[in-house]
Amino acid sequence: MTVYLSLSGVLFLIGLHGFFTARSLLRRLLALNVLTTAVFLLFVVLARLAEPLDPVPHAIVLTGIVVTVSTTAVALALVVRIAGRVRDEDDDAAAGPRGDAG
Amino acid sequence: MGVAGVIFDGLLALALVWLAWQATRAADLFHAVVSFIVFGLLMALAWVRLEAPDIALAEAAIGAGATGALLLSALDRLATRDGYHRVLYEPTTAWGFWIPAGGALLGGLTLAAWKLPAPGLGEEVLASLKLSGVDHPVTAVLLNFRALDTLLEIGVLLLAAVTIWSLGRAPSPLVPAMPSPALPALGRLLFPVFVLVAAYLLWRGSHAPGGAFPAGAVLGAGAILMLLAGARPWIRSSEHGPWRWILSLGLAMLLAAAVTGSLSGLAFFEYPRGAAGPMILLLEVAAGLSIALLLFALYLRGEPCEHGYREVGS
Repeated sequence: MTVYLSLSGVLFLIGLHGFFTARSLLRRLLALNVLTTAVFLLFVVLARLAEPLDPVPHAIVLTGIVVTVSTTAVALALVVRIAGRVRDEDDDAAAGPRGDAG
Repeated sequence: MGVAGVIFDGLLALALVWLAWQATRAADLFHAVVSFIVFGLLMALAWVRLEAPDIALAEAAIGAGATGALLLSALDRLATRDGYHRVLYEPTTAWGFWIPAGGALLGGLTLAAWKLPAPGLGEEVLASLKLSGVDHPVTAVLLNFRALDTLLEIGVLLLAAVTIWSLGRAPSPLVPAMPSPALPALGRLLFPVFVLVAAYLLWRGSHAPGGAFPAGAVLGAGAILMLLAGARPWIRSSEHGPWRWILSLGLAMLLAAAVTGSLSGLAFFEYPRGAAGPMILLLEVAAGLSIALLLFALYLRGEPCEHGYREVGS
């Protein structure tokens, strides 16, 4: 179990570092997903250490996975919209006279 | 099992750390996304090792499958503009912030884990399992003891779909040009299998790992595969428009079950004595259908509409 506890800590740090320092929004989102996985791992290790096996953290993590995919989907939709807007502005600035570059 | 198990855990942990590092640090975004998907699949193995088969199923189907499909489709939209020429990471400024902030967060989490009641709730759940109407403890927690969590969770999923649809119309065409002529045939061949597996998982949920979440995710993945294979999503066409209510079926049924309890003199979310088993099965079917359709709705990235849609392939 120590292996999985340390894994949880390492994944937490990797996710946190990526989340704070990445410039690209998509990378930030990936890091956030790694971060949530680290927290889920901590929950499940705690459930495993209990005697008998504790099903409540399992149910909470299942809920958490669905909430994470919802968050990721909304954030991705926003990232795609933002990128589209930035691209339009760049195209306008770079290729103004040529009209739309498609 | 002893030594082999320890070696397996160690290798798995190393692989997971490497993949997480690649997912957050790889210079190429495609590389990062694929690393993340493999990370999700290996995490499913870790969940099995931790005796959490329910989470393993959900992680493989939702964490790696549905999230992977969403990420790859977003990557396709972002492909023409990548941050290759930009700075990938904030060089020095963030260190002063993220180390203390991260340390505090990690410390808080450790403290919270330390303070948790030591033996857990395993005993209590097992003691009242007979009354719950199902034989599988995790399903009992999800749909009976803590059904409010499930209600709110489906609410969050519905809210996410509503948010994405309200951002605008789905892009057209919905999917990129046909990548391979084998895909439509394979998609049609596999879809019945997806339906069968989903039904099996749903039924299995009452006595073994499975249930509405993996079942819904598998069915949603089958629908996404059909979409990629060139099928017209029926949710889009105007004649089936009213069927969109299935999106909110799970939430509505759970709410109805909760309120019926209160109205008939029982506690909030208390099921009538003896009827818990059938009620949970009914709720699971409703929630599974909703989850499948909601995951599919998330994948569309916008409100589907009749106009502005080009037939892809033929």
